[in-house]
Amino acid sequence: MKYVLLFCSPAGGEEQSPAEHADDPRFAAYFEEVRAGRVTGGARLRPATDATTVRVRGDEVLLSDGPFAETKEYLAGIAFIDVADLDEAIALAARHPAASDGGSVEVRPVWE
Amino acid sequence: MPDVEEAVAAAFREEWGQVVATLIRVTGDWDLAEECAQDAFAQALDRWRRDGIPRRPGAWLTTTARNRALDVLRREAVGAAKLREVAVLGRDEGPYDPEYDGEDSGVEDDRLRLVFTCCHPALPIEARVALTLRTLAGLTTPEIARAFLVPEATMAQRLVRAKKKIRNAGIPYRVPPAHLLPERTTGVLGVVYLLFNEGYAASSGAELVRTNLCAEAIRLARVLARLMPDEPEVLGLLALLLLHDARRGTRVDAAGELVTLEDQDRTAWDRAEADEGAALLETALRRGRPGPYQIQAAIAACHTTATTAEETDWADIAGLYGELERFVPSAVVRLNRAVAVGMAQHPDAGLELVAELERSGELADYHLLSATRADLLRRSGRTAEAAVAYERALELVENAAERRFLERRLAECRSA
Repeated sequence: MKYVLLFCSPAGGEEQSPAEHADDPRFAAYFEEVRAGRVTGGARLRPATDATTVRVRGDEVLLSDGPFAETKEYLAGIAFIDVADLDEAIALAARHPAASDGGSVEVRPVWE
Repeated sequence: MPDVEEAVAAAFREEWGQVVATLIRVTGDWDLAEECAQDAFAQALDRWRRDGIPRRPGAWLTTTARNRALDVLRREAVGAAKLREVAVLGRDEGPYDPEYDGEDSGVEDDRLRLVFTCCHPALPIEARVALTLRTLAGLTTPEIARAFLVPEATMAQRLVRAKKKIRNAGIPYRVPPAHLLPERTTGVLGVVYLLFNEGYAASSGAELVRTNLCAEAIRLARVLARLMPDEPEVLGLLALLLLHDARRGTRVDAAGELVTLEDQDRTAWDRAEADEGAALLETALRRGRPGPYQIQAAIAACHTTATTAEETDWADIAGLYGELERFVPSAVVRLNRAVAVGMAQHPDAGLELVAELERSGELADYHLLSATRADLLRRSGRTAEAAVAYERALELVENAAERRFLERRLAECRSA
């Protein structure tokens, strides 16, 4: 069985980089699972202030600053993409049906 | 030697955006770019006193700032690859040559890159405005904070966040490709227009500093018009701003009270500014690609060309609002059209359109919907009904000068 773990942080909290996580003893057990192969992939994400939300309504691609805010939306899936810049990421996000089916796609940079 | 100070001040207004824009391109570091630009202007004060004012201040400043950036990067022991990149990228403008008088090829593009990046739709709108004023227009953070009536720390934070998002989210530093260009250009023009309106709406002494925003917006629109001479909407925006600005001084009387267009002293309108706006509009319209800014400028020109309020061609204005509605199908445009129709035909014709809007419920909380109804009723001689509508408008109005104006009108209706 495959699962996705969704990690949530309180807004406005202190931001730790991936390198800081690696040095943080509280993360030791988690990284142990990564090494054991039970955690098969994942990414540390840049904070919400670096997010862009894409919605397509009609022919228009609407962008908003920040994470998805509609309370009636729920997280339905994730994708990892590798593109040149935010404009390309937005174009890709806008092509996914979720962006136009009354939902939205949040584009969040991976913190590398 | 005061003329050196003047020359540096003039160069600052003319060249700041260009120097920063080029430095961002060659270093990829917004903070470093600003820092080095600042440093170059500081050096100019000393060096120009000693060596004379260079023939091409912009090239001198860019070269000086670039050299400074190289120094900083070297000191910070940035990798050799990055240093080579800065040195090579910088070379396309050639070394500083006091006699060189050619075109700034590429340099102007840098400013355009900067505009489009600052106005990227993934940034919050307040950040777009602040970033444009800081990096392109060269306003300081305290100046921008004062203009937007927020604490300096808040504005500083806003700028830091925006620059961080540009870096972290990968907002590209470039002029958008053709398929994105129309939409992104509209976004850029929107930022300049918003900037102007912030200044234009300011009417009291406490807000006087904000009127500088009008001048900054016009200056930015001029830069855009130079950079995008083939875009009629860019010219249309500049025309619109000039036509509005020509009337700015007469919108408020000595006591700080609002003066309606009808009662403004038309002889005090800035004729030269209005004429420039009208001429630009004509140039734009000749391209045969009308758009919302050109149409709004045409409406503004209907007002500035009427020597008296009675001479205003309201039928023409009503037609233009109808045209504008095709581009901007908004309730506010329909409300403006209602005013024009009311003035062109009979107040009752306008009231009918206002009633339609009221039924749609779209502008239920907008004080100008009630204020427009009130004004049309007043013109129709139905003062008792007008008073009720003014009362409703007063419940919704926020701006103090507008409030006092509505109170005066209400008093007139009650005593009629």
